[in-house]
Amino acid sequence: MEIIELISRILGASVVFATPLIFTALGGVFSERSGVINIGLEGLMIMGAFVAIVSNLTFYSVFGSATPIVSLIIAMVVSAIFALVHAVASITFRADQVVSGVAINFLALGIGLFLTKQWYDKGQTDFIESPIYSSNVPLLNKIPILGDMFFTGWYWTSYLAIALAFLVWFIIFKTPFGLRLRSVGEHPMAADTNGINVYKMRYIGVMLSGAFGGLGGAVYALTVTHNFSHGTIVGQGFIALAAVIFGKWHPLGALGAAIFFGFAQSLSIVSSDIALLENVPSVFMLIAPYVLTILALAGFIGRAEAPKSLGEAYVKGNR
Amino acid sequence: MFSNRLFNILVPIISVLLGLISGAIIMLIFGYNPIAGFAALWNGAFGDAYFFGETIRQVTPYILSGLAVAFALRSGLLNIGVEGQVFMGWLASVWIGISFELPMILHLPLAILAAAIAGAFWGFIPGLLKAKLGVHEVIVTIMMNYIALYLSNSIVRNLLSDGADRTENVAATASLQSNWLAEMTFYSRIHYGFIVALLMALVMWFIINRTTTGFELRSVGFNQHASKYAGMNVSKNIILAMVISGAFAGLAGAMEGLGTFGFMSIKSGFTNIGFDGIAVALLGANTAFGVILAAFLFGILKIGALNMPTAAGVPTELVEIIIALIIFFVASSYMIRWVILRFKKEGK
Repeated sequence: MEIIELISRILGASVVFATPLIFTALGGVFSERSGVINIGLEGLMIMGAFVAIVSNLTFYSVFGSATPIVSLIIAMVVSAIFALVHAVASITFRADQVVSGVAINFLALGIGLFLTKQWYDKGQTDFIESPIYSSNVPLLNKIPILGDMFFTGWYWTSYLAIALAFLVWFIIFKTPFGLRLRSVGEHPMAADTNGINVYKMRYIGVMLSGAFGGLGGAVYALTVTHNFSHGTIVGQGFIALAAVIFGKWHPLGALGAAIFFGFAQSLSIVSSDIALLENVPSVFMLIAPYVLTILALAGFIGRAEAPKSLGEAYVKGNR
Repeated sequence: MFSNRLFNILVPIISVLLGLISGAIIMLIFGYNPIAGFAALWNGAFGDAYFFGETIRQVTPYILSGLAVAFALRSGLLNIGVEGQVFMGWLASVWIGISFELPMILHLPLAILAAAIAGAFWGFIPGLLKAKLGVHEVIVTIMMNYIALYLSNSIVRNLLSDGADRTENVAATASLQSNWLAEMTFYSRIHYGFIVALLMALVMWFIINRTTTGFELRSVGFNQHASKYAGMNVSKNIILAMVISGAFAGLAGAMEGLGTFGFMSIKSGFTNIGFDGIAVALLGANTAFGVILAAFLFGILKIGALNMPTAAGVPTELVEIIIALIIFFVASSYMIRWVILRFKKEGK
């Protein structure tokens, strides 16, 4: 019985960390499948976290218990609009996509902290009154073993993240829209010749990554930190980017990679409970996700094939 | 009419102006006086000798991290891993600084050299993976940043101290700090490192512009296939570019370890020296001289900003927004070129 309790604890902790990564990585899949590198996922998460916290604090008196959902939606919309900056720079103005993404990261943190200072007159916001709480799924949590593992004490956003991963997989691989998105990332000129609007598809890809990245940051803020400061989002966006690549630009691969990274992060926290890992220095647990990603990229865990035109601005008429 | 050279000078200048104007507009929107704001920033950087000393102190690592990014970019590689290479250089310099007793003439160069080697090694790994396996250097260097962060934290805690949050101070024989300079600037943390930084800018200029190696590195940056056809070893040059870039970054770490702080402490996050180096290199158009100018600009902005809340009530973070916007404008130089050419056409 003890082992089941342990597994469900590790699983629970993994999923808490993995959920924001899943959302953000799905956003990264959209953007990169359309051919636009998105190093700015970190900044999009920062924006999402900031907007979610601010709207949660501001609108709690209006929406009451529905506040978390409202905050998530506002965060998604604002982050999608914020991602437009990256889209305009890298698609229309042909800026280097990596550099533009780096600038997005700077800009989001700058705006978030500047407005926090401006509105709350200190380095971090107040703690929100209406976070997302973990809960048990009624009926299903009564199932022996499985109920303890999967339906007890999870946040509803985790189920949403997993469901969305499958939805995104369906959209990208089973719908005409997905085919167009992928074709624009693989061979924009061929797509253009076939009457697909390359610029429009790429804009949609980047804005979707903004919405999903914002959702990821918002979920992290509402489930884990409950306020916004310079330390709210530190590197989760880069890990999500790693999950995109580790998952070979595939939504379900990204889902798996994100859960794995969540698991690795939770290990460094719960490893003290596990006899086998008790004596492993925590530094190995901390660096494991990054080392594994490098190994994966180096081809030891199977070759990752990026979309062909990833990182190249499309210029009409150029060959 | 407009030569490429003129564009290369105009684009950064226009970008900086646009960035500062955007900052002024933001200040207006939030009800601050932009003139008072920028005056506070200026005084915060040059107001008295202490501020000036601090500005130079900030500029020193920026020059080196800017050189690191610029050097890699000249060979067509984006080294986002400068941050991690700074950590390794910092760690190595402090390690040597606290564990040996040597005369200064040996100790200081040894500590600085160790930093360069540690940074170079951290750049060698992504360079090797890129050259031999075609792995994208951006992702590998991002991952290497985190490995460096956690690894150096662990080493500081477990090897360089007895579970403490920081190491002891480096020996005086390995320190770049100078009482003379400090006294002159009302005890700011200015140190001799800026001489090292300027010297390294000269080294980069020399390697890139005056040696065969530099020619090959640039050539690989322009066109790998043509370089290969011309008989250059592309793999070797990619690795070499990352190694030299990493060495510059490691030296930036030594500036912090041997100069500014004199010790290494456990970090909860990145120092941003490396990430700001990307901005410095871009603004400096990847040339040694440009990097020095850009490093000064960002150093002035960062240190001057600290004076803005007290003198004009403007939050320090405004400068982060301005810097981000400057990067955007430089990156979108296509837009600036297009606008300039448009004006030219209409003027005719």
